[in-house]
Amino acid sequence: MNRYARIEKSLMHPKYVWELPVRFYHWINALVVVILGVTGYIIGNPPGITTATEASFGYWFGTVRFIHFVAAYVFFFNFVFRLYWGFVGNKFAKWKNFIPYTKAHWVDMWEVIKVDIFQVKCDKNPNLGHNALASFTYFLTFIVFILQTVTGFGIYAAMSPSWFPQLFAWIPSVFGGDIATRQLHHILMWFFALFAIVHVYLVFYHDYIEKNGVTSSMIGGWKFQDKDKVEREKD
Amino acid sequence: MGKRRKTYLEAAMDKGYSRRDFMKLGAMMTAFMGLESSMVAKVTKAMEKAPRIPIIWLHGQECTCCSESFIRSSHPLVADILLDLVSLDYTETLMAPSGYQAEKSLHDTMKNYHGNYLLTVEGSIPTKEQGVYCCIGGKTFENIVQEAADGAKAVIAWGSCASNGCVQSANPNPTGATPIHEIIKGKPIINVPGCPPIAEVMAGVVVHLLTFDRIPELDRLRRPKAFYSRRVHDTCYRRPNFDAGLFVESFDDENAKKGYCLYKMGCKGPVTYNACGVIKWNNGVSFPIQSGHPCIGCSEENFWDNGGFYKRLPNFPGFGIESNADKVGLGLGIATGVGVAAHAVVTNIRKRKLIADGECEQKDVE
Repeated sequence: MNRYARIEKSLMHPKYVWELPVRFYHWINALVVVILGVTGYIIGNPPGITTATEASFGYWFGTVRFIHFVAAYVFFFNFVFRLYWGFVGNKFAKWKNFIPYTKAHWVDMWEVIKVDIFQVKCDKNPNLGHNALASFTYFLTFIVFILQTVTGFGIYAAMSPSWFPQLFAWIPSVFGGDIATRQLHHILMWFFALFAIVHVYLVFYHDYIEKNGVTSSMIGGWKFQDKDKVEREKD
Repeated sequence: MGKRRKTYLEAAMDKGYSRRDFMKLGAMMTAFMGLESSMVAKVTKAMEKAPRIPIIWLHGQECTCCSESFIRSSHPLVADILLDLVSLDYTETLMAPSGYQAEKSLHDTMKNYHGNYLLTVEGSIPTKEQGVYCCIGGKTFENIVQEAADGAKAVIAWGSCASNGCVQSANPNPTGATPIHEIIKGKPIINVPGCPPIAEVMAGVVVHLLTFDRIPELDRLRRPKAFYSRRVHDTCYRRPNFDAGLFVESFDDENAKKGYCLYKMGCKGPVTYNACGVIKWNNGVSFPIQSGHPCIGCSEENFWDNGGFYKRLPNFPGFGIESNADKVGLGLGIATGVGVAAHAVVTNIRKRKLIADGECEQKDVE
């Protein structure tokens, strides 16, 4: 039997994995991270413009900064919402998935490294939700989210009298002043860029290898499981 | 020493200043402290009635640029009254006595005005090797400061050296240079950073203590809010160019001649808290940005170690002198892309059976 016939004949069972709020969180986050990355890079390294204009006729750099600040608020509150959903969401969204506090989680992580990264082993039955390594990576990502939020709002505090950024006004003194805080904020931006490359690649990889609809699962919420395999594993 | 100390007015009159000059000083100091004009009377009255505060001015690891700045303040009375007349009870640079007499003068002040004098320190304190890197009169600077702080009413740390360590605490900090607030505990400490600080700011801090008999409102880093609450960027006259995205690209380009923003030349104005854009320097003539030079952030902690003065993004540690976060990041991005492509190729070889049949190779299944 060729591969297409085999896949068509297999019993692929749909399973609802990502709830609507999780999907919304994901895409809002993806959008604002791209906006923040692009505007942030422009703020750090603005393009050179040599025109004979006077400053009073332009405000484009101010607009870029404004977009960055608005996106930062969206990013932060979207993130806070996701943390909340980690407590009330379904079992795939629960906070327990992300923090490797059990030995089983570490064992699973090692399995994923062997199967997917070094490819020295074959996977019997792919995880339905996040795999152990992915969820640990997201945990690290959340820590970077927090760092990026506090450094960002920390340096923003000097530009805004409103109460929310003022909550972060003490942050720069922890990192040794605004200069160092800004530098850290800039370096962390690259974490997001590298994450995006690996993340998108791995989505393609899993979809291709596991044929479980992982790409569309973040749109529709459904993933697919090969019933034959699940049954066989139970035996 | 036992006789009544002169007030600031009496001291000024003795020096030959008119009362009118004195009133001008009062008005000017009120303005510098950011007070309302209704406070002019209070400030002037305080200087008229209050006896001069005895000041001990110590010099440690420093270049004396703070003193140099102070004696060049815009109003002659600032230097004459506050520094020259106040109390050269002890300051190595400007006092008349030397040697044993100087030490005696220091000890007399500390004894006679115990609990009432103001200790001002210019310079950081070396702490390595028991502090041998700065010894005066056979004692380490750390001991001298500790002893003098004991009977002080308040301590003012003049300049970046005393406030945050400045250049001698830059990596690798061979002498263990330490700012005052990390050594002296249990005394009100005011940091007046800058390399040097602005003369009018220094005077403003002293006059505030004198007028209200308490230390001015400070921020988290113990800096007086009146002078250090705003960034140089926010008070910069070139700010509209920043918002319009008009930047100097090199020091000799057309944009530099037009006076565009120096952000891309490494200006630290957006991360520096100081009053340079408002009070300016040398009698209000100019300040670095107005003279076409980016702010180097001299009043900020670690400004020597936070990358080059002429770079927006500092060198990335450990990646050579021409590296910065963007170059390192881009390199990592390319490496990741190559790694991902290699992984995709290997996947198609190693997992060809899985891809074709949907089944694992038997030999791999444990």
